[in-house]
Amino acid sequence: MSNTSAHITASCIIRGNTVVKNGVRVYEAPPDVTLPEFLRGLYDRYSGQYPKFHKMDLLSKLGWAAAEILLQEVPMEHYAPEDTGVILANTSSSLDTDERYAETMKEIASPALFVYTLPNIVIGEISIRHTFKGENAFFVADAFDIPFITGYVQQLLNEGTLQAAVCGWVEQYHSGYDAALYLVEKKPRNGSLPFTANEAEKLYR
Amino acid sequence: MADLKVQIIQQLNLQEVKPEDIENDQPLFKEGLGLDSIDALELIVLLQQHHNVRIANPEDGPEIFYSVRTMAEYITAEKSKQG
Repeated sequence: MSNTSAHITASCIIRGNTVVKNGVRVYEAPPDVTLPEFLRGLYDRYSGQYPKFHKMDLLSKLGWAAAEILLQEVPMEHYAPEDTGVILANTSSSLDTDERYAETMKEIASPALFVYTLPNIVIGEISIRHTFKGENAFFVADAFDIPFITGYVQQLLNEGTLQAAVCGWVEQYHSGYDAALYLVEKKPRNGSLPFTANEAEKLYR
Repeated sequence: MADLKVQIIQQLNLQEVKPEDIENDQPLFKEGLGLDSIDALELIVLLQQHHNVRIANPEDGPEIFYSVRTMAEYITAEKSKQG
């Protein structure tokens, strides 16, 4: 599948109120902290000064925060915006927000909720933040199919469509969530891992 | 206008803005609070939900939503029409 080598140059796994960056646990909140509170904590710790965050739905907040942590201390400015893309997947699509929006339709439908009733909006939020203008796709599947995602991204890199990609899994429905983002680049950085399904799987598990 | 500022903050989820941060005549869009087109729709919802006021002519939107003061004046005018 991979004729051209690529590298996982950063990773960020968020689940169970814990953040693991590049294989190291870097943030943890008590189990009784709710998802909105947890995500606000990530925003305060790793970002701030981005008021749009507060308007996002939980799926976008989760993916946005994961990308924020993933890309900290990883210079991306040398890439043309068109050479950087985002490929994500999940299983619940935007159902959580779809339900919230449907609830508002009983009175006055919320425009602010409506704009988040698609799962790929999280890609847009990440792309706006980091000025990514390259290929993007959002897949909805039963489970995180790591061989599929790594194969898809590898193909984009091989074809020269992208030079770098943020890819992975951003799942959220009600209080349940699970995020795994990888930065994949053609050129290695210190501590890079080979971009293979096996390595991505090891980081995810 | 103080109540209206609180309503705007809540409706638009401006969690990092306090009522006192919004000046009465400060533009709400672009260089002011930096609101966008979705926020404009939410302000229309705010008028309906909190004040039972509708905007008859959408072209009047930019003038009505220019600032907190123009919004308040519009609400007052429409309320007086309603008696």
